[in-house]
Amino acid sequence: MTLADGIWQQIFTFDHYGELLALVRNSLIAGAALGLVGGLVGVFVIMRDLPFAVHGISELSFAGASAALLMGVNIVAGSIVGSLVAAGTIGLLGSRARDRNSVIGTIMPFGLGLGVLFLALYKGRAANKFGILTGQIVAVDTPQMSWLLGTSAVVLVALAVMWRPLAFASADPEVAEARGVPVRGLSFAFMIVLGLAVALSVQIVGALLVLTLVVTPAAAAARITASPVLLPVLSVVFAVVSIEGGILLALGGSLPISPYVTTISFAIYLVCRALGTRRTRKWGAARATS
Amino acid sequence: MADDTVADDDTALISLRGAALSYGERVLWQGLDLDVRPGEFLAVLGPNGAGKTSFVRALLGQRQLSAGTLKVLGRPPRKGSRHVGYVPQQATLSAQAMLRARDLVRFGIDGHRFGPRPRTGAVRRRVDEVLASVGATAYADVPVGLLSGGERQRVRIGQALVTDPRILLCDEPLLSLDLHHQRAVTELVDARRRSHGTAVVFVTHEINPVLGLVDRVLYLARGGYRVGTPDEVLTSEALSQLYGTQVDVIRVRDRVTVVAVPDEAAQEPHHPELPHGVRP
Repeated sequence: MTLADGIWQQIFTFDHYGELLALVRNSLIAGAALGLVGGLVGVFVIMRDLPFAVHGISELSFAGASAALLMGVNIVAGSIVGSLVAAGTIGLLGSRARDRNSVIGTIMPFGLGLGVLFLALYKGRAANKFGILTGQIVAVDTPQMSWLLGTSAVVLVALAVMWRPLAFASADPEVAEARGVPVRGLSFAFMIVLGLAVALSVQIVGALLVLTLVVTPAAAAARITASPVLLPVLSVVFAVVSIEGGILLALGGSLPISPYVTTISFAIYLVCRALGTRRTRKWGAARATS
Repeated sequence: MADDTVADDDTALISLRGAALSYGERVLWQGLDLDVRPGEFLAVLGPNGAGKTSFVRALLGQRQLSAGTLKVLGRPPRKGSRHVGYVPQQATLSAQAMLRARDLVRFGIDGHRFGPRPRTGAVRRRVDEVLASVGATAYADVPVGLLSGGERQRVRIGQALVTDPRILLCDEPLLSLDLHHQRAVTELVDARRRSHGTAVVFVTHEINPVLGLVDRVLYLARGGYRVGTPDEVLTSEALSQLYGTQVDVIRVRDRVTVVAVPDEAAQEPHHPELPHGVRP
């Protein structure tokens, strides 16, 4: 009984909440940016069948971040470099879906291995090590903030410019190519954008759990709508709610942020899935009677 | 786009002279002379690997001829022309596409444009109009992933026609559709060329669904070709000459079956309705 109470208190603690909130102001801002980026990028991750690529890129991002930690340079920059190397490699080598997964499966363990090596060599605070893998909230200081927000802006502008042809190329590549859409160029450009988005997510939720921000919200939204406007909007709302909710719940305790974020994100997905089953039935019925 | 001015109506929309296409040493077809006129329905037939899809890719400007000239609307083919509609086989549409039928049609209008493009009333009306013309209004708001193969192909024909193209290129659009939907799709294409004078190039491995509609047949095989009406090309004599070996064309009522197609063609039957045991 007392043990259970102790665990419960570790998970949900709200002492001195006001003072703590001030400490994570930066994280809340970064979280909002991240939710926006993750929610939007996720739409294409699902359409282009890239969840495994997201996982692969995040492991290389982890290697980059741990190398940066070891060398004492900016961790966000290190994580971005790792991400871009992975995303570029996948984009160049695995242009066809069939090759892609084996390329990712080959790169991923190597990245993870490098990351483990760098962390083992690192003699600093243990919390720093753990944070890269499972996420952290108070780690976002001001220079990191400018990196995070700057990269988010780059991703958002790139997505705004290529949104429509990218959606066309993702849904129907043959017809898109016939209509003059640069399908291959867009494919590579999207991998780079995805690399940047993953590097951002690694900062908050950690390398192991990037999928919860870049895949789950979009997958949940896709269950309940196919509207080209509503889908990205809902995906962003789900991603922002998951991450901000996660930060606020994790604040009082001493646990990493990721279990909170992943739980909220997963709960949203389950609700959407249940709603989506009803919708699918409705469409079937509507067409049967028409 | 710069291609808003096109050649006169009377001239051929597609024109090939001495055209050849080869992959390295292997010649798909050569010496091809062909004119496709407005409103004409041309079926492209032949065994797998004869270069039917490459023919379409050349018309789309995605492949260069290895010899000869090709003119589409009076000029060399150019990628992404709004005067050329394209409908491939239904399986190339991603099952994960999180879009509604109407969004797919709209891509035909501005899917290739970069930058944000607000939805205007004119665009919406045009999309509704096209959906109605292909009989897809009932499922206009259904995600494409939930549509049947036949429904998707209707929507895609709508997408291809949304810019009022003067040429419609179809590459195996009937593949894996049931008979009912095969008929629906071919009727849409046929109605279009009759009402708007759109030239139709229709690649298929199965002539029978379109046999009653086609004006001419382009039969590609063994590096050569035959062009003419179905009655001229789909004969034992013409195809035997093309394949360089004895080929029998059997006509039963309004259906055509090609039997005893040798080697390359026999490995991958191009007339799957062929009864078992008749094949060589």
